[in-house]
Amino acid sequence: MFVSPLREPLINGSKDYHQITDDIARGTEGRPTLPWLLGLGLSSTIMLLGFLLIGLTIWYGIGTWNLNRTIGWGWDITNFVWWIGIGHAGTLISAILLLFRQKWRTGVNRAAEAMTIFAVACAGLYPLIHMGRIWLMFYIMPYPTTRGVWPNFDSPLLWDVFAISTYLTVSLLFWYIGLVPDFATLRDRSKAKIRKAIYGTLSFGWKGSSKQWQRFEAISLVLAGLATPLVLSVHSVVSFDFATSVIPGWHTTIFPPYFVSGAIFSGFAMVLTLMIITRKVLHLEDYITKAHIESMNKVIILTGSIVGVAYITELFMAWYSGNIYEQYAFMNRAMGPYAWAYWIMMTANVVSPQLLWFRKLRRSFYFTFFLSIIINIGMWFERFVIIVTSLHRDFLPSSWSYYVPTLAEVGIYVGTLGLFFTLFLLFARTFPVIAIAEVKSILKTAGNQVIEKMHKQEMESENPATVE
Amino acid sequence: MAKKKVLYGVFNDDHVLLDAVKNIRARGVRIQEVFTPFPIHGIDEAMEHRPTGLHTAGFVFGLVGVSLMFLYMTWINTVNYPNIFGGKPFFSLPAFIPILFEVTVLSAAVGMVVVYFVLNGLSPIRQKPVIDPRSSDDKFIIAFSADELSEEEKHEISTLLQENGAIEINEKVL
Repeated sequence: MFVSPLREPLINGSKDYHQITDDIARGTEGRPTLPWLLGLGLSSTIMLLGFLLIGLTIWYGIGTWNLNRTIGWGWDITNFVWWIGIGHAGTLISAILLLFRQKWRTGVNRAAEAMTIFAVACAGLYPLIHMGRIWLMFYIMPYPTTRGVWPNFDSPLLWDVFAISTYLTVSLLFWYIGLVPDFATLRDRSKAKIRKAIYGTLSFGWKGSSKQWQRFEAISLVLAGLATPLVLSVHSVVSFDFATSVIPGWHTTIFPPYFVSGAIFSGFAMVLTLMIITRKVLHLEDYITKAHIESMNKVIILTGSIVGVAYITELFMAWYSGNIYEQYAFMNRAMGPYAWAYWIMMTANVVSPQLLWFRKLRRSFYFTFFLSIIINIGMWFERFVIIVTSLHRDFLPSSWSYYVPTLAEVGIYVGTLGLFFTLFLLFARTFPVIAIAEVKSILKTAGNQVIEKMHKQEMESENPATVE
Repeated sequence: MAKKKVLYGVFNDDHVLLDAVKNIRARGVRIQEVFTPFPIHGIDEAMEHRPTGLHTAGFVFGLVGVSLMFLYMTWINTVNYPNIFGGKPFFSLPAFIPILFEVTVLSAAVGMVVVYFVLNGLSPIRQKPVIDPRSSDDKFIIAFSADELSEEEKHEISTLLQENGAIEINEKVL
């Protein structure tokens, strides 16, 4: 088989199949390490603190937060949109890149998809808490009731319920289908009885017959085909929550593509943050290489630039529309009381990703790690700017307001970060963090030994004399 | 279930296995199954597997899901609970599209996954034994049903496996 010697290897260290199994399964075997225990202790403490504040919010009501009549959506909806956005990268990597036959996805898809599921779980908490009377949340389900009232099928908020629950379910199924063969690998190498039984149950008795693999490939492809429009639809629907309203600053048709690219932008930043730590802690340097980081950084430049263009288009349209309310909304964003948030957003989301045009920076782990955190802060501020800045100048100047979160709101946000990292740490310890079977299937086309051999052959055919 | 005997050859490499499958089948010997740690390109053709019907199942589930949801929403908004929301007509198809799309994806995906588990005989409880645990790590296996094979035939298959690069040949009762 011919492999272009120009391609960068995606698996280093001249691995064979058995080594791949060993390297990836190692993370789930043996005693937990001290950094892992410390990380789990810290993140679960923060998580419990967050749960406590959620409990207080439910007990005393939404009055625990600083929302007022003018600013009805604050940190909670900001966090909701931020978490949902982060989730998008996982599905993009596992579904869209599968359709594009990108081999580098095999190194990161498992962890990215886990991240998606955990991020969507964190996101889903916010609208539920925001309902205030969370025990009545079944009111949103469209089933025949004695109340005689149906949910409003014409409302974007109900579309959101459908979009997010579908997204969570399909991502979970897609993730699990991929995990089944890898659980079988863990089952077959388990020595302890309990461990074997647990992984045996999780593996659903997978045997790896050619017929099973045929169906596996078929379902992966179709699920990827279903998840691709799904991932684009979810953040579009989230953006409809804003775009279908009449608030200046929200009421724009640019929102769906702008939200989707922003979501992918922030999601890739979060994948990079997690993967750069994971590869070091679990010693997976041979599987998550500079080539992977560079590919992801390229997606970040693309989506970051789309986001930048969207910001500037919004400003242009405000001026060009001739609508004074629209113009005021955008002038106020850049120069009003929340200008500080606007300029943090602009710097972090528009200026900082442009640094990735430098090859050296885009291939640097330290720089990428630093930048990924900046981008996530920037994307949080994007949602904050859109939501709070657009609301705080109401139609009547007597209703104008300023909003600062309470400790409960900040605590719940930090608490979901705790929940997210707790789930991710548990995942990294018990699940194969990299898709073992998929990495094996690209070894013969993307392993460093293969590419180096091709390179050598090419050199020989170009200069036959030097071989002597 | 009655005990089943299998005769199987173990291979080290996916390309060697693929050639072996082709050669053995060309000799008219019936292969029961091939077990591999990852999907191998070309094995479906070599084993002459029929194309899977999973895609059709997904299509049917999606179609059924979207039709039922369409009827349900139309019935609610026009017959059971006709209300004017945002000046829209009772039956406002454009506003139904996002939910119809999500429900199509949801029913197609869930339906397909259920069919996938059933067809593949996958279940968390009732599981069939694995022939060789190494086949989920780095070994590739060609298995033959050995219940009705005579000693002579077994010997013939073993030689055939050996000629085609098997590193081990074993017999096992499952």
